[in-house]
Amino acid sequence: MGPLYPQEIINSEFNILIGLLIGIVFGFLLEASGFTNTRKLAGVFYGYDATVIKVFFTAAMTAAIGLLIMHYMGWIDVKLTFYPKTFWIPTLVGGAIMGAGFIIGGFCPGTSLCAAATGKIDAIVFIGGVFLGIFGFIFTYDLLFSDLRMSGKMGNTDIAQWLGLSDGLFIFIMVIVTFASFFVFQKWQDSHTKDMNQRDLNELGLKKPE
Amino acid sequence: MSNKRKKRTKWLKNFKFNKRSNKYINSYVGGFFLGLLIIVALYFSGEGLGSSGGYRDVAVAVLDKVTPEYAHNNSYIGPRLATGESPLKSWLVFELIGVIMGAILSAAIFNRLHLRIGKAPHLTDKKRLWFAVIGGILWGVGTQLGRGCTSGLVLSGMAVNSLSGYIGLISIFGFGFIFAIIFKSIWIKTNK
Repeated sequence: MGPLYPQEIINSEFNILIGLLIGIVFGFLLEASGFTNTRKLAGVFYGYDATVIKVFFTAAMTAAIGLLIMHYMGWIDVKLTFYPKTFWIPTLVGGAIMGAGFIIGGFCPGTSLCAAATGKIDAIVFIGGVFLGIFGFIFTYDLLFSDLRMSGKMGNTDIAQWLGLSDGLFIFIMVIVTFASFFVFQKWQDSHTKDMNQRDLNELGLKKPE
Repeated sequence: MSNKRKKRTKWLKNFKFNKRSNKYINSYVGGFFLGLLIIVALYFSGEGLGSSGGYRDVAVAVLDKVTPEYAHNNSYIGPRLATGESPLKSWLVFELIGVIMGAILSAAIFNRLHLRIGKAPHLTDKKRLWFAVIGGILWGVGTQLGRGCTSGLVLSGMAVNSLSGYIGLISIFGFGFIFAIIFKSIWIKTNK
């Protein structure tokens, strides 16, 4: 039963090799899906490109459904994984800062790494900024962030349990939300691409609606 | 013109234009395989697909090298160095090395391996680079405060139904849409 490494079924060298291989596929899929193109990433916020929503929600729902099935079959114990502890206040505040960073910088940390690796100069500069931010955070941690970061502690909280639903029902609702969002964002994208010039369409890898 | 004929000319027209256009894989296919990859990562390593954690490990290693005494006494990163193991020998760092390799591979296959600045056409290069560095700084702070980024916190968090992941999703994208209005001129050409 999984997860394997946390239960010492595989050793740490093999685990790290797995990490490298997973990273290769991760980087490939991000690049191939268009996540090195900063205009595509920003496009989700202005409606002209729905790629981020499609890729992101398809991935999250595929994984959630797969893990739910594996959980019922007794193939994996999710509570033995990295399962994130919830500190709702710093995550909410940090999320707002990241949201601003997304719009101003046009990347997130993972996508900027892919973009920098494939020659995007703006992404290399962005990564420099990320490190400046992390160093700044470390240097000012006691002064500014230590209390805030530890506030709103809720432990390993499952959102379905927190809402009083079963995991299955919650995922079912999320799948409906996902399909609805695909529909809405596709319509929004179409409303932009129908009048878009060919140069922009080419750069974004999009087509006019049929 | 007959319908069939129309279809054919349209296809030809697309082909002509598409010669210089970016080709990306279908978004749903990409997302599906990304979802499977999250399951593989969780099953073998018990890890989510993360990015900012690896960035932090690198930052910690740099501080440990440059100013070891300060790094060990720092209340944020000190506990991480206390184990004695190099912060670079982490799953996330090796995953990020893989990400670099995978991205280069894909860009090489799809002929996108060029040195250039990505931006909206109306924005100057200088402005774009300033915005990129400011955005990066915000991410650096936000990820450490919020415990992860769009991959490790939100995507992987959503996969395991964690409340934290959904708070991150709503916050990053919710505030993103608000900031999108404020900073519209970075991405959309507005007629003044």
